[in-house]
Amino acid sequence: MINKAFSFCLTLALLFISVLANAQQQNTEKGAVNEFFRSNDKIYVIVGVLVIIFLGIVLFLINLDRKIGKLEERDRHGS
Amino acid sequence: MARHWWKALAILLLLYVIIAGFTVKIPIIGTNGQSSRGLFFHVPMWICMYTMYTISIIYSLLYLNKYDLKKDVIASSAAGVGTFFGVLGFATGTLWATYTWGGTLTDDPKQMCTAIAILIYMAYLVLRMSVHDLDKRARISAVFNIFAFALLIPLTYIIPRMVDSLHPGSATTPGFASKDTDGSMKTVLYPAFIGWTLLSVWIFSLVVRYRKLQLKNIFK
Repeated sequence: MINKAFSFCLTLALLFISVLANAQQQNTEKGAVNEFFRSNDKIYVIVGVLVIIFLGIVLFLINLDRKIGKLEERDRHGS
Repeated sequence: MARHWWKALAILLLLYVIIAGFTVKIPIIGTNGQSSRGLFFHVPMWICMYTMYTISIIYSLLYLNKYDLKKDVIASSAAGVGTFFGVLGFATGTLWATYTWGGTLTDDPKQMCTAIAILIYMAYLVLRMSVHDLDKRARISAVFNIFAFALLIPLTYIIPRMVDSLHPGSATTPGFASKDTDGSMKTVLYPAFIGWTLLSVWIFSLVVRYRKLQLKNIFK
């Protein structure tokens, strides 16, 4: 289980590095979404950063909640 | 799944708070500038702390009533999570003060008294670690918890109001507090209170369930 998760993260990291290596020049793509993120001195980029961090913490909490729930379930039936 | 609705509510409210907290229009007053948006993240930390410490004192009193160790587990978990949120609130406050009050640790009464209050609760957590017998630990720490809560309220609520303080909301009467905050900020502030409090209750419930599993041989 841990091995699977670890190899998944490693693959993702390698993928990101290879993508980043190709995207060295400044992102100048147009479009409503890009314009929005660049408006107001790019503060919305940081809003996005906070949303990502918050969702990461929430996923961690949900996972922990389910793991403890499984332990409680096993405890109720097992012994 | 139906009993998890409040966790989903917490996630949705906090997503709203994070996004709206940066996009809502706020009045720019004095040296605060845009940093007034810290209200949506700094103040809820204290609401979480008070909620947790209130749960803690209630369960400490219930423990002293019947000497049921489960109550002690709940009381100590709440005090631990409350201290965690207190430290977060203090850290965000000092960062904010560095750029608005002109100093990280000023001689402001609210900041000093809050530091003392958090240290008293840290003493509670250290005291618990120093006693190994479970029943003795529960009794001593329950009594200490009553002392800690009896100091928390005057230190953080009463003293800062009696003397001049840089902190907003201090040195005024609580009756006018609702007029201090702009209406547009309230649309984010109140969901922030509910969302963060629900999140702290979620973390607290996880700690309690973990501790109960840890001590299941004693409870049976």
